[in-house]
This record gives sequence, C-alpha cells and structure tokens, in this order.
Amino acid sequence: MSLHLILFLTFGAVCVAGAVNLLAQRHPINSALSLIAVMGALAGEYLLLGAEFVAAIQLIVYAGAIMVLFVFTIMLLNAGEEERTKGSRVAILLGVPGMLIGGTLVAWVLLRHSGTGSAPVGALLGDPKTIGQLLFHEFLLPFEVTSILILIAIMGAVVLATKPEATENRKAR
Amino acid sequence: MSIGTFILVSVIKSALTLFVLLTAVAYTVWLERKVVGHMQNRWGPTRVGPFGLLQPAADGIKFLFKEDLTPPHVYKPLYIAAPVLAVVFALTSISVIPIGNWITIAGVHTPLQITDVNIGLLMILGVTSMGVYGVALAGWSSNNKYSLLGGLRASAQMVSYEISLGLSLVGVLIMSGSFSLRAIVDAQGGRFWGFIPRWNIFQGQIIGFLVYLVAAYAETNRIPFDLPEAETELVAGYHTEYSAMKFAMFFMAEYANMITVACLATLLFFGGWHGPIGGPPVFEALLPVFWFVAKVFVFLFIYIWVRGTLPRFRYDQLMAFGWKFLLPMAIANVVATAVAVAW
Repeated sequence: MSLHLILFLTFGAVCVAGAVNLLAQRHPINSALSLIAVMGALAGEYLLLGAEFVAAIQLIVYAGAIMVLFVFTIMLLNAGEEERTKGSRVAILLGVPGMLIGGTLVAWVLLRHSGTGSAPVGALLGDPKTIGQLLFHEFLLPFEVTSILILIAIMGAVVLATKPEATENRKAR
Repeated sequence: MSIGTFILVSVIKSALTLFVLLTAVAYTVWLERKVVGHMQNRWGPTRVGPFGLLQPAADGIKFLFKEDLTPPHVYKPLYIAAPVLAVVFALTSISVIPIGNWITIAGVHTPLQITDVNIGLLMILGVTSMGVYGVALAGWSSNNKYSLLGGLRASAQMVSYEISLGLSLVGVLIMSGSFSLRAIVDAQGGRFWGFIPRWNIFQGQIIGFLVYLVAAYAETNRIPFDLPEAETELVAGYHTEYSAMKFAMFFMAEYANMITVACLATLLFFGGWHGPIGGPPVFEALLPVFWFVAKVFVFLFIYIWVRGTLPRFRYDQLMAFGWKFLLPMAIANVVATAVAVAW
C-alpha cells in the first residue's frame, strides 16, 4: 500500500467517523466539533489531490470562520442536550426506504461509470494562479452573481434581526 | 533526496525548530517581565540566576509540580482538550516560516525552514484561525460565567479582526505574486538606488503593515486588545478555571502566537533575512539568520512596549475600531496597491 493510499484512507475514516459522531452526539457543541473534524479531514483529502489552495480555503473559511460562528452561537444560547424522541412513524416508513434507494442509485451510477471519469492525482492543477484565472476570467459572471446573492442574504439577515420594536424603543428612550 | 534522508532531515528540523521556539517562548516571557518592570521603575525578575535569566526554568518547574485542579462542574473532555488545541495550533503555524537561505550540511541541501509549501501564508492563516477554538472551548467548558464571557469575547474579536488581518496581507501578495513565504522574501532582495532595501514596507505597504500590526495584536489577545482576559472585569477570562500545566499551555500558546506574528511581519514587510548591510562571506550562512532574528526581536520588543504603554479598549470601541476603521483602511490599501501594480 502506498503512503498516498494510507493517508487517503485515514482522512476518509476520520471524515466518516466525524460525520457519524455528528449525528450520534446529543450535545450540540460535540456535534459542531465533529463537523469541524469532518471539514479538517476533507481539507486533508483536497491536499492529497494536489488542490492546496482549496484545502487552505476549506480550513480558513469552513473550519475556521463558519464553524466558529456555529460554536459561538451554541455558546451564546447555552444550548443544552437535545431531547430524544423515538422518531416519527413517517420518517421510518418513508425515510429509511428512501435512503436505501438513494444510496443504491448513487452506488450504481458510480460503479457503472468507474474508470471513465477518474482523473490522475494532481491533474487538477489546484494552484492559486489557475483557480484565480478560472474564477475571475472564465467564470467571472457566475462568480459576481453569487457574490450579489450572498450580499442580498446578508441584508436579509440584518432586516430580519432588527426587530421593529427594538428601534421604536430606542426612539422612545 | 531519498525518502529515508527526507524523513530524517524533517524530523531533525522539526525537533530543532520546536526547541528553539519553546526556548524563545520562555525567554519572551522573561523579556516581557524585565522590560515592563523597567518601564514601571521596577527590576523585574532578579533572584533566579544572573539578571533573573533562570526564571523561565523556575516557572516551568513550578507549573509542572503545582496541583492540577479540575473544578467539579466543568465539561471534562473539552476542558482538557482546549489548552491542548490552543498550544498545538500555535506551535504548528511555525512550520512553514523560513528563517534563512538554503544550506548544505553533510551533502544534504535543505532550506532553513521545516517545509516550503506554495500556500505557506494561507496555511498560517488557516491554522491560526483554528486557534480560536482553544480559547472559545476553554471558556465554554469551564462552566463559569467569567470564562464564558471571555470565550465569547475572544471568538467575536478574533473573527472580526481576522478579516482585516487577511486583507492587510493582500497588498504584499499582489506585489510578490505568490503565497510562498520564501518567494515573498526573495522578491524583496536588492536595493533602490543602491542603499534603500527593496522591502515591501519601503514599496508603499506602510498602511498594510500598520493594519497588519494592529489586527495581529487583536488576534493574539494582547494589550490593548486583551478583553478576553480583562482581569478588572472577568477575573482572568477564559482561563479562570485553569491551573498548573494547563494554564501554562495557554500562556505558551499566546507567546508562540506572538512570535509567529513577529516572524510574519518580518517576512512580509521587512525583507525577511535580507539585511540592511552585507557582511564578510565567512558568515554567508549565518548572517541572514542573524538579521531575521534581530528583526523578530524588534517586533517582540514593540509588543512589550505597547503592553507597557497603552490601556485596554472598551468592548464597543474594539468592535467599532475593527469594523469601521481598520477594515476600510485594509480595503483601501488593497485597491490602491492593485491600481499601482496594474499601472
């Protein structure tokens, strides 16, 4: 077994274990930390593929920034352990077969097309220069449209967060 | 280089770097106590060894042998993991920092840094952005209101100032066109008109540098941005419930982060190991390292100087300053640099 394969399997195992743990844990902060582990392991997989830039961004943006906000919110709300129910009957009747069918479909498609779509390791050219060219040259319009979309989302969040009563109270004071 | 040699060289370099870094951490603490002491008309440590030079060793022994208290109401797994996380991320970020040119020892040609990756700067940003978890989780898991407030403040402050920090570096990146710290330093070699070094600070990155310095002080939770551990309001903030070695780990992480910040300032804005004057060729391998260490020392001294001089910000001032002043300045610097380079 090559070192590359060993690392791939290790990161993959951490990733899957983190994802399972995320669902299994009852305390939200443990779930959030598992998600961070998943993000970190994914960054490791990106590194193995030769996409260093994407790996670094994965760490900075997802594991570093977004998850900090998750943890911050959990800490701020002081969210306690979740309460377990036995689960709804609909979830068991429809969810489990649905999941099985979905998983089978994905596996079937992957198996059918294996060998045709696999790229050699490192052929991705994930260096910053290539990604910059792609983002700001070839896909400039979608990139800018996405940024406007995010801006709208931010403004929407601000509008939702400022309650009308709060501003009235401030005026009254 | 065969894989065996590579592993051997890497292990040796990692061990050496860690040893030097931890010694530097210990003596930065000593330097701080000494310098702040003199600034406040005191002596600082004088009892242990000449000039109190063995004080760090005495402190280390004290931390190791003190009782390791764990308060009864803490959430234990995270309470133990938090200081470990803080110190691990603080020590990891040093691995991509180059301290000098390539050297050849016993036929092995190697750079004076653990590894040269082409996204070195991003890696440091990524690792330091993970460092906030140590502080935040310590505050939360301690189950103490002061700790929780400290942890909340730390995460809000670090997330806010990280944006300015990242943007302040973009000017340098535009000018050097690489994320590799070695390439950034190499781009700063040479002189203008034969005497002014081509360091980025002399190429118009003065605003970028100032923004970086202020944001980095906030990132490392140092005065005047030490609100997460403001002792007048929060006892000791996020590490209120920690004692002995666990407390020492937070301390080590803070000082290791200070050293990383000083190293980055040197590499990105002050030409890294390029000295203002050359030396005799005998010292060709050592002189760059000397210049690098000298510059880092200056930055550490400024850190301590600022600590001895400035009072602490109020929390609303901290946020207003970060978002309404520092961030626009950083963006203006990026735009100005981009226009100047494109010209």
